[in-house]
This record gives sequence, C-alpha cells and structure tokens, in this order.
Amino acid sequence: MTGVQNPYPPAGSDGLLIKIDHLAKTYMLGEVEVHALRGVSVGVRKGEFVAIMGASGSGKSTFMNILGCLDKPTKGTYILDGIDVSHLTRDELARIRNHKLGFVFQGFNLLSRTSAIENVELPLLYGDSSMKDREERAVRALNMVGLGDRVHHYPNQLSGGQQQRVAIARALVNDPSIVLADEPTGNLDSRTSVEVMGIFQELNEKGITVILVTHEPDIAQFAKRHIIFRDGRIKSDRLNSAPKLAAEVIDELPAVDEEEPA
Amino acid sequence: MKLLNILISAFRALQRNKMRSFLTMLGIIIGVAAVIAMLAIGQGAQYSVEQQISSLGTNVLIVFPGSQNTGGIRGGAGTTTTLTEDDCIAIQRECPAVGLLSPGTRAGGQIIAGNMNWATGIEGTGADYLEIRKWGIEYGDFYTDADIKAAAKVCVLGQTVANALFPDGSPVGQTVRIRNVPCKVVGVLTKKGQNAMGQDQDDVVLAPWTTVKRRLTWFPYLRQILVSATSPSNIPVAQAQITELLRMRHKIPPYEPDDFTIRNQADLANAATATTQILTILLASIASVSLLVGGIGIMNIMLVSVTERTREIGIRMSVGARSRDILTQFLIEALVLSLLGGITGIILGVSGSGAISSLAKWPTIITFFSILLSFGFSIAIGIFFGFYPARKAAMLNPIDALRYE
Repeated sequence: MTGVQNPYPPAGSDGLLIKIDHLAKTYMLGEVEVHALRGVSVGVRKGEFVAIMGASGSGKSTFMNILGCLDKPTKGTYILDGIDVSHLTRDELARIRNHKLGFVFQGFNLLSRTSAIENVELPLLYGDSSMKDREERAVRALNMVGLGDRVHHYPNQLSGGQQQRVAIARALVNDPSIVLADEPTGNLDSRTSVEVMGIFQELNEKGITVILVTHEPDIAQFAKRHIIFRDGRIKSDRLNSAPKLAAEVIDELPAVDEEEPA
Repeated sequence: MKLLNILISAFRALQRNKMRSFLTMLGIIIGVAAVIAMLAIGQGAQYSVEQQISSLGTNVLIVFPGSQNTGGIRGGAGTTTTLTEDDCIAIQRECPAVGLLSPGTRAGGQIIAGNMNWATGIEGTGADYLEIRKWGIEYGDFYTDADIKAAAKVCVLGQTVANALFPDGSPVGQTVRIRNVPCKVVGVLTKKGQNAMGQDQDDVVLAPWTTVKRRLTWFPYLRQILVSATSPSNIPVAQAQITELLRMRHKIPPYEPDDFTIRNQADLANAATATTQILTILLASIASVSLLVGGIGIMNIMLVSVTERTREIGIRMSVGARSRDILTQFLIEALVLSLLGGITGIILGVSGSGAISSLAKWPTIITFFSILLSFGFSIAIGIFFGFYPARKAAMLNPIDALRYE
C-alpha cells in the first residue's frame, strides 16, 4: 500500500484493478428466469472510492456479490488484479476472497461470544500465518480503526459503531486489494455513520480501494465516484468532483456521547 | 486452516454451549460406559466359568460306557455294561499318554449318623481320584489302595455332607451308615463349591469303588473311568490310545460305532465358554444400541448447530474458508464431542465395573480390547454421525449463509 503518492497506479495490463466486461447474471426462480444483471462493463483503478447506488432490485447487490467473488457471473468476464476470476472453482474463489478482498456488512457479521481480536484474526486462520504474526497483524488492524484499547472486548460489550470498526479491521487484516462495504452504515445512527465513513476515507487516503454499496445519497457523498444501477444495467457512472469530508461533517453535527453498553 | 487452529476453534465452539455439549456427550458417555461395563461383566463371568472348569482338573478324560443296542432299540448313554476293571488295568498298562486312573461307580442313598440323616450321591472312586480332580483333604486322610483292594468300609465326606451330619463336631473317626452299611469316616474333603452347571460339588460322599460295587450296588460294571493325561497337550493322544485299546478289547469291528464315549474337560470348557461368550456378545450388543442412540444425538445437535450457525459459516466463507475448512471444522467438533464423551465413558465404565465387583461381588474383567473397542467406536460414531451435518455446512452457499436470519 504505497499508493499515497500515486493514487492510480496500474494494476492490470491496462492499469485497471477491476475490469468487468459485459457481465450478466441470470437466476432461475423456479420456472422463471430473473435477469439480475444484463451486461455490465466497468473498470476500477487502484485507490478509487466508489459508491454503488440503486433502488432495490436494480442489480447492485448481485453486482456486489460477483465483485466479492461470492457468486459467479452467468456471462461476461471479471478480471481482478490481473486474474480472470469469472470461471474459478468454489475453493479458488475462497482463496481470492482470503487474499484480495475484505468485506464489511450492514449487520457487522461478527462472531458472537468471540473477542474483537479473534474476530479480526479470522481471515488469517484460513491463510498460513503463524499465531504470533496473526496477533500482531490483528492488533495493527484494530489500531488503524482506533480500537487499540478494546482488543479483548466481546461484540456485546461494544457499540454498533465500534462493532462496525471491528468488522472493518477484519476486512483490512489481510492487506486486501479492495475493501467491499455493503450498506456499512445501514444499522448505525447518523453520527456514527459519518464516523465510519471517516474511517473509509482515511483508509482510502492511504491508497486502499474502497467500493461501497448504499442507497443513502448522504453516505454516497463521501465517495469519489458514483455508479448508479437500474434494471440490471449501469444507469450512470460519474466522478464526484467534491466529496464531503467526514472530518468536517462531524464537527457540524451536535455532539453526542457515543453510547456505551454496560 | 491448520489442524491446531481447527481444534482450538472446535473447543471454543463447544465451550460456548457448555450445557448442550455436555448433554450431547452424555449419550456417548452412557453408551461407552455401558459397553465397557457389560463387556467387563461378561468377561468376568467367562473367567469364573473357566476357573470352575479348570478346578475339575484340566487334563481329565472321562470314559463312559456307550449306548446299548438291542435289535435296534437303543438304550441311551451309559446303558451298556462294557467297562470293566480289566479295561482299567489295560488302559493303565498300555496307554503311555495316560497318567493316573480312577475307576468310578455310583450309588445314591440315605446316610445316617446318630440322629441325623442326609440323602446324597455316593461316588465309588480309586485312590488317585483326588489327584486327578485336583481336590484335597481338609481333615483326616483319603483311603488307600489297600482299602480299595479290601473293599474297606471307609468313606470320605464332602463339606456339605459333613456339615449336614456333624453340625457340631469333627466327623473324622465317626461311623456313618450308608444304606445300612456302616462306614468309618476317614476324612473330609476341602470345599470345592459349585461346578459350571451350578451343582454343589461338596454334596458328595466318596468311598472305594470296590466298596460301592460289592456292598452297595452289586452292579458288576463301571459307570465311568476317570483318566488324566500326562499333560494337557497329550489329551488327544490319550483319547486316541484309549479308543484304540477299548475297541480292540471290546472286539468292535471296523466301521462299527464305539460302545463307549470319551469326554474331556476341554470339550466341556469350550461349551461353557461358548455360552458365556454369547452372553458377553448379547450384553455388549444391547449396550451398543445406547451408543448408537448417543451417535444419533450427536448428529441431531450438529444439525441444529449448523442451522444455528449458518451466518457464522457465511462469515467464515466470506473471509476465505473453503468448503473443506468448514467440513473439517464441523467434523472435528463432532469428533471432539464423541471423543470427550468416549473418554469420560471409559472412565465411568471402568469405575462402574469396579463398583459392581466390590458391591455385588460379581467378577468383572476390563480388557485393553474392550477399552480400545469403545474408544474406536466413539471415534467412528463421531465421524459417521458428524459427516452429514458437516457436509451440509460445507455445501452452503456463502451468499445465502450470510443473509440467513
């Protein structure tokens, strides 16, 4: 992650970290064919901060699943960091997820009754790092999201914002090429949402590529590029010339102490 | 994922649901403990039966007269009158594999001593009888060859008879009347207890076979000949030699059946051992059913666990767990459950068998084999009943698993 000086270094042969060509996804719902994606082509460079928007049923979630290597396209190609992942097996996709992707979900998706550090270590368990290495990296990731003092807390001892930060630390621990965030602020109040967006902005400043799915225009304002889906196609794709800065927004919000459950 | 990591996370997962894990294990614990205890009881029974049989004397052969066949009417075992004293002398002289020999005859009757009386069997024996049967004298002496030659009016009492007739004093030197024949008691036998069939071996009076023959039964032939082989491995040799000799002496043409039967203790022992073995297998198979039920319990809980932890599986898959990793994780959890249950069950079974031994005075034997068997069984159950739920977990679609509510 040395992209601070050069925010758009070439990754693939044509400089794209993500290169998607005529991607289509068709589900069978019983006898009915559902065309979730109908030919999507898009490229993302390293260091971008993209917000993907669209109404429900627009295909953005399907797109996100394919982007996250959780699902395979029916047609088209998806090249991630120079690797064609469109036709990999289940296990190969798992390996790609482990090495190149970090996920942040709406519902945090932390393992309950498992401490913050163990949650963050989880992706490393499926790699081949030693126990000492795992601990070091997990602590480093928790420090990056400002939770260095809550390493051994359990999810039920943390507020929603803190839980989401643990999830972000988990997404970061493997030094992924991309952090994928699916409605990361959906379960958070507005102040905490801005704080979480602030963390994404900080990470993006450090050169990490962030792709965010949201249906809230306010949240999308923190991203540098907006891609809007409708009916399985990209309706618009434009740069956000003046993204809001979370650090500034937060100063304008009324000060509320973050709720800390006992 | 490394095996150690999987083991650690399996323990953690089971720890999170301590009560449930324990109850699941309980099925295996009870099953394994039952198998161990049942095998211990069965093998204990087998051992005590073997002990009793070897207490009869191990190299013993018994020659019985055969069935009498008169014009096609067969009289059953012991009805021929073919075994004679001369047969005994011939066997002793011409069969080198035969060690000791005791002719035998039998009478029943009332025995009277003073104002007491007792009905029992009177065994007419030779002087070597006690040595062949590995029996001993508690008080007094046994009768001698001279007594046998003279058909002396002497007898030796079994403990049961001695207690029945002489509850207060020593019978040695006293006179008892056996069917109105007064006999001097020269000794009392040591206690031998029950035989394999549950008969009281001490409820007997021994007397010289000549005395029984000439003074009690007037039956000129022998009821049996008790023979000991020179060594246990010589039993078949002795049997062959006796068969050949007796066929020749009784002038039995070739292809005609023997007019006598030779039984040895090994046959008896084998029959009794087979019976107790069946008992052991029966007990163990009943106990195995509970082990099977325990295994189904594990499958049940693992299935619930997979459903309940669908989201966890989704999370693990999203961060890079392969199907194989998930499969291994749940399989190891099932295996840890069944193994911990198995080990606890072994401890419980072993101590339970010990308790049965000391409380019920029932012999129990725990063999390495039965421990190994239950241990192997619980591993097999863990793998067998854990596989289906684990596979179900591994086959989940990560997207569906993540969305599962």
